[in-house]
Amino acid sequence: MKKNRATPEVNAGSMADIAFLLLIFFLVTTTIDTDKGISIRLPPMPEENQPEDNLKLKERNVLKILVNSADQLLVDGKLVNIKELKKTTKNFIDNPSKDATLAESPQKAVISLKNDRGTSYNTYIQVHNELKAAYNELRESKAQAEYGRPLEKLTKEQGDEIRDYYRQVISEAEPEDAGGGN
Amino acid sequence: MKLVKKKKAPPGINTSALPDIVFMLLFFFMVTTVMRETDLKVKLVVPQATEIQKLEKKSLVSYIYIGPPSESFRAKFGTAPRIQLNDAFAVPSQVPEFIEKERSARSEAEVPFLTTSVKADRETKMGIVTDVKQELRKANALKLNYSSSLRTEVY
Repeated sequence: MKKNRATPEVNAGSMADIAFLLLIFFLVTTTIDTDKGISIRLPPMPEENQPEDNLKLKERNVLKILVNSADQLLVDGKLVNIKELKKTTKNFIDNPSKDATLAESPQKAVISLKNDRGTSYNTYIQVHNELKAAYNELRESKAQAEYGRPLEKLTKEQGDEIRDYYRQVISEAEPEDAGGGN
Repeated sequence: MKLVKKKKAPPGINTSALPDIVFMLLFFFMVTTVMRETDLKVKLVVPQATEIQKLEKKSLVSYIYIGPPSESFRAKFGTAPRIQLNDAFAVPSQVPEFIEKERSARSEAEVPFLTTSVKADRETKMGIVTDVKQELRKANALKLNYSSSLRTEVY
């Protein structure tokens, strides 16, 4: 009778090959696409028996932006190119020249956005982007002026204070179907 | 005595740690990989923007796709932009039901943090997007993210 042989060693030489195969599979299937985008908060649906629009805003505190189905912008009655929207918005919110037709203070500023059903989604996003950029730039410059540091380097309280000073209020009216775009 | 040594054969590279390295990489990719759960039935190119934010928790995001049906569905559904929820084409009135389903799949504590990501084609008209927006408001799903990619050139 033979002696019990020692168990033969498992050949680990091909282990690397197997691991490589799996690795390549996961490399191919993986999608490290972080989801990015413009975040907004929708206003809640009005209650059924709530009177419509009970708060009246002063004309000068509202920046009216209208976008038609040809993707043209009308800002407070003037035809504006999207490239100028950020500048116009910043000027409206901050009102450095104390113009009587622009916002009284950044806290009172409200942006009213209304688009047509035929407006392209891309234009709508660009408008949102420019508005957001205007607020972000104002906040950034205030952070620099007050604390001498960029906004993200501030403490939470300081950051909140600045964000609250330039709080973003965008009210979106339900679009009208003026036609001509579909 | 000779000071100059004989040239030795170059030592071979020790590859015994190679499987370990490969396994490490393997585990990294296994952990980070996210298999796409839904097949896209619509063709979409998201718009570009500069002021974009990252969505923090992927598990708390539900997706709504809007765009023209992809090639193989054109014969049946035409080329007008449509909404896709999960794996099927849908109409705006089905959105609240979809949100409700997404909510019931999560624990109650997570529900307030649920975000809806709208992935819409940049050529879409706002009409269909607005319909979805109104339905989301009805469903009280107010956290919304318009999916966009980063634009590098500024104007």
